[in-house]
Amino acid sequence: MPTTRGGDQVDGRAVLTGEDIARALRRIAHEILEQSHGADGIVLLGIPTRGATLARRLAAIIGEIEPQFEPERCCGQLDVTLYRDDLRRLAPRTLGSTALPPAGIDDAVVVLVDDVLYSGRTVRAALDALGDYGRPRAVRLAVLVDRGHRELPIRADHVGKNLPTSRAERVTVRLRDVDGVDDVVIAPASRDGSRS
Amino acid sequence: MIQLRHLLSASDLDRGTAVEVLDTAATMAATQARQIKKLPPLRGRTVVNLFFEDSTRTRISFETAAKRLSADVINFSPKGSSVSKGESLKDTVLTLGAMGTDAIVVRHAASGAPHRLAHSGWTDAAVVNAGDGTHEHPTQALLDAFTIRRHLAGGGGDLAGLTVAIVGDVLHSRVARSNVSLLTTLGARVTLVAPPTLLPVGVDTWTCAHSYDLDRTIDELRPDALMMLRVQHERMSAAGGGFFPSPAEYQREYGLDAPRLARLGREAIVLHPGPMNRGLEITSAAADGHRSVVVEQVANGVAVRMAVLYLAMTGKETP
Repeated sequence: MPTTRGGDQVDGRAVLTGEDIARALRRIAHEILEQSHGADGIVLLGIPTRGATLARRLAAIIGEIEPQFEPERCCGQLDVTLYRDDLRRLAPRTLGSTALPPAGIDDAVVVLVDDVLYSGRTVRAALDALGDYGRPRAVRLAVLVDRGHRELPIRADHVGKNLPTSRAERVTVRLRDVDGVDDVVIAPASRDGSRS
Repeated sequence: MIQLRHLLSASDLDRGTAVEVLDTAATMAATQARQIKKLPPLRGRTVVNLFFEDSTRTRISFETAAKRLSADVINFSPKGSSVSKGESLKDTVLTLGAMGTDAIVVRHAASGAPHRLAHSGWTDAAVVNAGDGTHEHPTQALLDAFTIRRHLAGGGGDLAGLTVAIVGDVLHSRVARSNVSLLTTLGARVTLVAPPTLLPVGVDTWTCAHSYDLDRTIDELRPDALMMLRVQHERMSAAGGGFFPSPAEYQREYGLDAPRLARLGREAIVLHPGPMNRGLEITSAAADGHRSVVVEQVANGVAVRMAVLYLAMTGKETP
């Protein structure tokens, strides 16, 4: 099993295996359809990098369940870097790319997809970014892992797994398409004190 | 990810940094197709456009870029300011600094003025060179490289293997100097084409070839991109200052006209930093033809300047 993610060493305890992730995504896909009474008007927008991968997987699953749902026309990614509130606290961040479905997001039910929900600041940035692209009928939030410690009044509508953590711990989501393996690893505080 | 403290010279950029600036510019360009073009990263920050020399497109381009990133922009021109009463560059900058300036975009007739600003301790602001004398114009080189990359290198990576000819008044051109440096860094082969009188002394020490013959360059070198430079009358004395016998002769030897345009390779593009002297270094047929990317250069200029301001003004503050 690889022990790195994006070039960083990953060691710690696996809390979700590949099968766990697949089951969680399948459940979230059903929840999204249940809440919206079908796939009509649903747009999945992933937050790069791993949120975008998860959004594509969710779209594929929804496409299996509801044949009239076209995954490639209803799925995209939304880079929120320019909307972050910590641009002056960290080194400049590489910008990701944004790709919205051809029909746009006006009057759609947008489901934002990210890998880990933590402070909520990324989601706040995503909500601001969405406002510049259009006016969705509703915005929902789906995350693979909710690790708590919110700093803003934001909650997820669909959660793969609630994972109580301490702030010192690191939660690392790895996905096959990006990291070569599907799992979620929780590790004790890293020496450099960085968090994810 | 890199952080630019200042952008003073294209030669300060190594290959990796230059590619990263261009990649950031590409993302910025993608946001400019939206209905709402404004982005928030520089909200509450102030950019001063300190232009001691006349400029339309560069100043407006920087102003647009800063505003698209939500910065406040203050435009300064020496006409109608205390500079006309004899205020020095230092005092002007100290005054602007006292009003809280986060970045200074400076154009000055004196080569080295931006460098002086950045290293004098007069200001903490990030300094971006928008053209100094006959020295450098790094954001112009970046936008030219961006335009060439988009057309001829698939919009990513560097410019390895491409051939670029820079034609015309190299002597007075900061655009040429910055382009030679940046395009070479990015792996392109650059050839300067000009009459001997319009090539600077010591050009053989530059990282590029040079030629006095435009026709031979077009036929033998098969350039992928042809960059026409403006004949800078304002830096010459009256009647061309003896740099060339007559405008008609310059046009005949070094102007880009329809026959020369027709001999260019199938994919070749024509660039011009503007403003163009139509009928002198470039005919209307070339300036408006399908190979011309002049208007696109202007649009790309905004994206490149957004990238530069973003990289210079975000990130941890340096003590």
